[in-house]
Amino acid sequence: MFHKLFPNANVEDLVTATEETLYMTALSVIGTFILGLLLGLLLYLTSKQNIWANKPLNFIVATIVNVFRAIPFIILILLLFPFTEFLIGTIRGPNAALPALIIGAAPFYGRLVEIALKEVDKGVIEAAKSMGAKTSTIIFKVLLPESMPALVSGITVTSINLISYSAMAGVIGAGGLGDLAYLKGFQRWDFDVVFLATILIVIIVFIFQFVGDFISNKLDKR
Amino acid sequence: MISIKNLQKIFKSGTTQVQAVDDVNLNIEKGEIYGVIGYSGAGKSTFIRLLNRLEDPTSGEIVIDGEDIASLKAGRLRKARQEIGMVFQHFNLLWSRTVRENIAFPLEIAGTPKKERQERVDELIKLVGLAGREDAYPSQLSGGQKQRVGIARALANRPKVLLCDEATSALDPETTDQILDLLVDINEKLDLTIILITHEMHVIRKISHRVAVMEEGKVVEEGDVLDVFLHPKEKVTKRFVEQIMGDQDQDEAVETILAQYQTGQVVRLHFVGEKTNQALISEVSREFPSVSFNILQGKITQTSKGAYGTLYVHMDGTEEDINKAIEYISETSVQVEVNHHVS
Repeated sequence: MFHKLFPNANVEDLVTATEETLYMTALSVIGTFILGLLLGLLLYLTSKQNIWANKPLNFIVATIVNVFRAIPFIILILLLFPFTEFLIGTIRGPNAALPALIIGAAPFYGRLVEIALKEVDKGVIEAAKSMGAKTSTIIFKVLLPESMPALVSGITVTSINLISYSAMAGVIGAGGLGDLAYLKGFQRWDFDVVFLATILIVIIVFIFQFVGDFISNKLDKR
Repeated sequence: MISIKNLQKIFKSGTTQVQAVDDVNLNIEKGEIYGVIGYSGAGKSTFIRLLNRLEDPTSGEIVIDGEDIASLKAGRLRKARQEIGMVFQHFNLLWSRTVRENIAFPLEIAGTPKKERQERVDELIKLVGLAGREDAYPSQLSGGQKQRVGIARALANRPKVLLCDEATSALDPETTDQILDLLVDINEKLDLTIILITHEMHVIRKISHRVAVMEEGKVVEEGDVLDVFLHPKEKVTKRFVEQIMGDQDQDEAVETILAQYQTGQVVRLHFVGEKTNQALISEVSREFPSVSFNILQGKITQTSKGAYGTLYVHMDGTEEDINKAIEYISETSVQVEVNHHVS
């Protein structure tokens, strides 16, 4: 049945490609989460009338974020080739895609983090200050927990971007389902393989969205 | 206990300056409930936020228990803040934490060990009457319950003073009274100094011992609640007293009443912080059965220092008996005014 519908598909290739896509996505989501949180916190804390209010620093971080968000992902990968080679030692394979994925997605997520933090009730932050809380306590015990549902739905949206970025990275040799669709499908004009890769990516996206929504709802006690 | 000297706060934005707090001087005793009342924009909110440095004063001194809060460095200030509890108008609870976890938060900040923390939280839950709701989230609580959590949280580190920033302004009248009763209870049980700011005279009347009236950043009047009720000097104070007592100078109405009584005597009784003579009328009528008493008009209100208000009473009978009865009353602490001769 499977072979009749998809005569050119090789199950082993599909499994490997799916694993590579999941590997790239998972690691880049973790990296993006950490780097994006840092950027978002910096943007938020250095903004006007905030704990670390600092106009120059805020301007620098905001500019970096805006510049990296403006670069199309496919160009970013090319631009980062020297950096990737220095960092990973190669420009091929799933690992080589990670720096570009994280650097491409973190500024976007950073903005989402900033928005989420801005939604935290100012009164609650003030209450924590009135209890004698340090800035680190305010960050880890007030800002992050109180914005967690928004942080989770933000990383869900970002991770779906990352899945599509990883497919793009695949086309230029990072492996994964994008690679499969391009090399084994498009190049050989075997469109059943392209189609199958599409279905698998859509399923992965659906799973990410479902899990993200579930966690975000579970965390929200408002 | 708390001494505030020449406290000033000026907000600058661009070229405009706003003097939110203007040369405030106050002394607040230990164990006292001190009320600050004013309309919105009077600077009372800024004033209370200066006391724990949520706003930095422009100049002046805030000495709490021998320590000048206004001059503390960041680290020392955080320690000092742990000893100053604060209750907010909008509760400001963390929605992501349960009642128990919210109350534990200041203890976590103070670095209290876990076991001690749990014991203290249990104690506080009992104190504020939230037993059974420990594991609820704030979204599952009513306004009054949320404020109870807010109060428990403010008390967690056994503060020297409790600041209440419009603590009852977001609550309905009945809940307001329950929260005020709780504050009085805490004040008496723990001998805790409470400073509260409000725009409702009702709150001052019900629980304050002393009151300061603020207008345009200045304290325009200050003193024992009863004195201020009885002899309001400033216009703004009079308006606040009217909130509770109605207009005191309804002379026209009094004239009309007087015209209706051709015999006997109409007297005006002043109750000033009355605790002992609450049953005065029945006492006098028992003592002088030949005199009839008719309450014409009046308003008595209860303050933390006893009953306060005025009653117009018509006394009828023989002139001798009436005079004796008036003499009897004037020997009590209730003041009698007899200038309203009828005939």
